[in-house]
Amino acid sequence: MKRRTFLAGTAATAALAASGAALAAEATKVGYIFVGPIGDLGYNFQHNLGREEMQKALGASVKSSYVENVPEGADAERTLTQLALAGNKLIFATSFGYMDAVINVAKKFPHVKFEHATGYKRAPNVSTYSARFYEGRAVIGTIAGRMTKTNKIGYIASFPIPEVIRGINAAYIHAKKVNPNVEFKIVWVSTWADPAKEADAANALIQQGVDIIMQHTDTTAAMNIAEKKGIYAFGQSSDMAKSGPNAQLTAIVDEWGPYYIKRVKAVQDGTWKSEDTWGGIGAGMVTFAPFNKAMPEAVAKEAKDMIAAIGSGKYHPFTGPLKKQDGSVWLKPGEVAKDGDLLGMNFYVEGLTGSIPK
Amino acid sequence: MDLSAINPAVLIASLMVSATPILLAAIGELVVEKSGVLNLGVEGMMITGAICGFAAAVETGSPVAGFIAAAVGASLLSLIFAVLTQYLLANQVATGLALTLFGLGFSAMIGQGYVGMKPPLTPDLRIPILSDIPVLGEILFRHDLMVYVSLALVAAVWAVLKYSRVGLILRAVGENHDAAHALGYKVIRIRILALMFGGACAGLGGAYLSLIRVPSWTQGMTAGAGWIALAIVVFASWKPWRVLLGAYLFGGITVLQLNLQAAGVKVPVQYLSMSPYLITILVLVIMSANRSRASLNAPASLGKSFHASY
Repeated sequence: MKRRTFLAGTAATAALAASGAALAAEATKVGYIFVGPIGDLGYNFQHNLGREEMQKALGASVKSSYVENVPEGADAERTLTQLALAGNKLIFATSFGYMDAVINVAKKFPHVKFEHATGYKRAPNVSTYSARFYEGRAVIGTIAGRMTKTNKIGYIASFPIPEVIRGINAAYIHAKKVNPNVEFKIVWVSTWADPAKEADAANALIQQGVDIIMQHTDTTAAMNIAEKKGIYAFGQSSDMAKSGPNAQLTAIVDEWGPYYIKRVKAVQDGTWKSEDTWGGIGAGMVTFAPFNKAMPEAVAKEAKDMIAAIGSGKYHPFTGPLKKQDGSVWLKPGEVAKDGDLLGMNFYVEGLTGSIPK
Repeated sequence: MDLSAINPAVLIASLMVSATPILLAAIGELVVEKSGVLNLGVEGMMITGAICGFAAAVETGSPVAGFIAAAVGASLLSLIFAVLTQYLLANQVATGLALTLFGLGFSAMIGQGYVGMKPPLTPDLRIPILSDIPVLGEILFRHDLMVYVSLALVAAVWAVLKYSRVGLILRAVGENHDAAHALGYKVIRIRILALMFGGACAGLGGAYLSLIRVPSWTQGMTAGAGWIALAIVVFASWKPWRVLLGAYLFGGITVLQLNLQAAGVKVPVQYLSMSPYLITILVLVIMSANRSRASLNAPASLGKSFHASY
């Protein structure tokens, strides 16, 4: 074994198992980098589940490894380089902030394929992929609108990026549709994962009369608080029923497994091409945790019908007439939002109060 | 905007909960620094306490066992620091930083099997009669046991430092370890005991996060609370009651800014989010503006290694 490969392998992580490289010479090596711990029971956990599903489906023909807790920035570039040097043929970078690092490293390794989650920069050997989480938000918005008694719904938001804003808008539009009196209270916590802050935010919302909480952060803290205080909440990225057996109405669950299987196979067949994938309920990338037993039959049916309608493409969650917060027309009646507009969404829809942090 | 949605009594009650982890860690660190040792490993000890407490509480089903395990676990971790700095005379700043890094990694390793679990619930004590007093009862008498323990600890540390012989010796060691040594006091032994106390307090603070405030285990869940505790000790100019004030001020602003956001106050979120840190820095600047007074309060031997041969 070359000294350089050995060093790169061991430095990246023990999990890379550089020593096994010689044994499984024919196996396609696939690397992953995660921004947080795979034990977060949320976003990173689901990506790793997808990896495991892919590994199981493709068996000995694949040798996958991962590096967790890689900060966005210089560390990401270093880790990606190490994964490429370690002989990985396909590398998945699963956080938005890895974008420039992926593009830089991809230039240096033209024969290695890269896949970047939730980003928008592509290259001949860089693909992007994401899931239409807003479709799930439309469904939980509907459920929340039906289930709230105080007509106040709390939303714990992380950072003002289009994905988060899209989620807030989709949830609000659909809650409002079934319950015109509904009001959204939005708290920005400026973090993806700080359990204490998320718990404090949940408590603050509950103190102000919120009886259902949605979150766009990664930990189960808000779900724990909801369970403790006896209110409802929605799981984020992953089924959080263990943290809130009574509190969780349902959860938007990210399914990455089928996509990972497809892409690794494409590399093995030599059919891999640089492309952009943005799949939703229809593609099986956005799924739901089992519904809470306390949910009335009618509400569950309405939610399931909506899941079916979105999945079959009959209904788009952003269908006009819709106005922006300032009252200007965004979508005319019957008009469906274009993907480009959704990807850059930086405004609230009409009816939401407060302003988006700039 | 609807400020009437914010109930001051509930707000004060929740700021006490929010401030308890940093209060516990800070009062422990105050004792450590009073003995003349600077332990920057508070964050590492807190997170170790968080996982030790969580694991023990889950395994035994008893939150009390959890808190005891947290205190013991973090205290053992502080012993590593004690051996390195007191016997091997390692640099305290570097060792403290290493302790934080070690604690974060170590806790992540132990915690792997505990992700997503629920700890046994710690009940809120509703102190009979007192908890029924309007407003005051809601603010003061409906908390969990640890809130009262943290307040009792502040009072105890204050009383011991100010009125007891033990406190006098501890302060003497912190002010001038050579003189204390000349008088026959075991400087190193006293400092190690202080470090263990500091570790135990930080551990309790961490366990308060994982067992009561959140309650669940997540890797790196202290998210900088240990550093705030360190700042609060300086902020308080090494006075126990001011530590209480500092911790509640910080906790209060943290909770208040979230409540203001939820109430829809039209202040840019960035300013609200940074306000707890901003105000902490501001007070630190004001406190240290008068250089002679600030340095008068700092233990004179703070951060200096002691070796009996000279």
